[in-house]
Amino acid sequence: MSRALPVLSVLLGIVVIWYLASIWMNSTWVYDQAERAGTTISFAEMVPQTMDQERPLLPPPHQVGAELWKGLFGQAITSKRSLVYHAYVTFKGTMMGFGLGIIAGVLLAMAIVRFRVMDMSVMPWAIISQTVPIVALAPMIITVSSQMGIQGRDIPKAIIAAYLSFFPVLVSMVKGLRSPDQMQLDLLKTYGAGQGATFLKLRLPASMPYFFASLKVAIAASLVGTIVGELPTGAIEGLGARMLIGSQFGDPLIMWASLFAAAILAGLLIVAVGFVERFARRRMGVVG
Amino acid sequence: MSKTKENLIAVFGGTGLVVGFWLLVKLDIPSPFHYAALCLAFVFQAAWVEATVGLRRPIWARLCRIEAPIYFGLMVLLLWEGLVRSLGVAPVILPAPSAIAAQIATSLPTLWTDFAQTILKGAIPGFLIGAGAAFVVAIAIDRSPFLQRGLLPIGNFVAALPIVGLAPILVMWFGFDWQSKAAVVVVMVFFPILVNIVAGLQASERMQADLMATWGASYWQTLWKLRLPAAMPFIFNGLKIASTLALIGAIVAEFFGSPVYGMGFRISTEVGRLGLDMVWAEIAVAALAGTALYGAVSLIERWVTFWHPSQRH
Repeated sequence: MSRALPVLSVLLGIVVIWYLASIWMNSTWVYDQAERAGTTISFAEMVPQTMDQERPLLPPPHQVGAELWKGLFGQAITSKRSLVYHAYVTFKGTMMGFGLGIIAGVLLAMAIVRFRVMDMSVMPWAIISQTVPIVALAPMIITVSSQMGIQGRDIPKAIIAAYLSFFPVLVSMVKGLRSPDQMQLDLLKTYGAGQGATFLKLRLPASMPYFFASLKVAIAASLVGTIVGELPTGAIEGLGARMLIGSQFGDPLIMWASLFAAAILAGLLIVAVGFVERFARRRMGVVG
Repeated sequence: MSKTKENLIAVFGGTGLVVGFWLLVKLDIPSPFHYAALCLAFVFQAAWVEATVGLRRPIWARLCRIEAPIYFGLMVLLLWEGLVRSLGVAPVILPAPSAIAAQIATSLPTLWTDFAQTILKGAIPGFLIGAGAAFVVAIAIDRSPFLQRGLLPIGNFVAALPIVGLAPILVMWFGFDWQSKAAVVVVMVFFPILVNIVAGLQASERMQADLMATWGASYWQTLWKLRLPAAMPFIFNGLKIASTLALIGAIVAEFFGSPVYGMGFRISTEVGRLGLDMVWAEIAVAALAGTALYGAVSLIERWVTFWHPSQRH
């Protein structure tokens, strides 16, 4: 309860500011229309006209909400105009990239913790890889994979998403696999445990909290990667493609609705990861 | 470890190094022999580094730390070059590193114009404005725990959203030139930095705050002398995340409309014309710019937060 009130009032404040901004930004068009018609228009007459324009500069919240509702529930979910359909396409890409990213991140982390030479030679490049703006690579990954005969956009999208999501997993897993202290490692040595047993019985369980903490960051990064992968060069499916179409047809309502659909998808994914985390912690006997 | 073993390791490592660089110079005749030599050089080198660090000789270990990533990068480039040449990979799929280097050398003026447009006019001003705005907002809501409790969850959520999606809208508002790119960057970097500053301002301990109070320090003195310095590790964490986001924002925004120069514009048009060597040249510039920006933030961090445990080596 102590958190709901402040959050709600900040949200309310955002909505109010949004309404004021859309009145301000859309008023130019109303005044222009009035001037062209040769009439003058008062402030009180102007305000309602900023609320339901067809192509507003900044659509007010209720217009975005209506468009979102229409997109989500207005038609069959298999229709190409349904946001649920496009969100599903984006979701599929996100999950593929997320899976790939987790596998790549965990394997690399295992190698880095096992071999010092991997730590020294690969880790700096992993960091540099994240300073390369992925969007510079995205169009190229897509054309190259189409030339190599890979049909559809699923795989290039997943590669881009994995490129963004492997890094948080890698960093956290390296930290997690190294988190057991010398005392615990020594104890396992006195039991006569080898490298493999130490890894399975001590390092891996110890890294789990780090692993789950990184998943939330990774899934958000994966969603960004998928949307970026849907932006360039002629995609027609997915929330990113919807944004591009809205931008090309100059239809801001489509853009805002798909932006909010993406936000809802992001929220659901983060909540889902949190749920999996809590389930896993309970199964492992960690209270929390 | 015995003396002989040490010497043996040194010989192996040296051989790996020499063979690697010999291949680098003579790379025009890729053959199975080359790949075998390359693999061997790589394994030798890896074994050398692994063993040398185990020796715990400070000088060697430090040398390895610099040499290992450079060697690894060179080897990857070498393998790339060799594979492209011996398999005859079409340049429209993957150009060889040498072709990319040649492209960079011949189109330096174009690359510079694109760099100036995207990085100097789009990313960096956007980054500075976004960071400044986040700082002002964080200080403004600092005195109100109510606002903080409301803003933090929302800010955390927004920081996880695909803000990139705002790019087409902002391009529509601010036009095709660099202003819209800077605006996208501002929005992208704002929330991660804000969340980190607010979290950082809560990082100083109760005891320290009490001490400041006993000295009769005012709110602003406490902020300036205690809480801001204590927040610096968090702030730099946010700035580092934002430095890579800034480049992404500036480049993506150009996909939605730009003047006829800029890195995002060049990449999307050259991909359309299958001029992949130019695309790779731009990627190389983007990688350099990203690394430089990240490195600059890290350097300032080391200078400002020299007292923090993570900076002590």
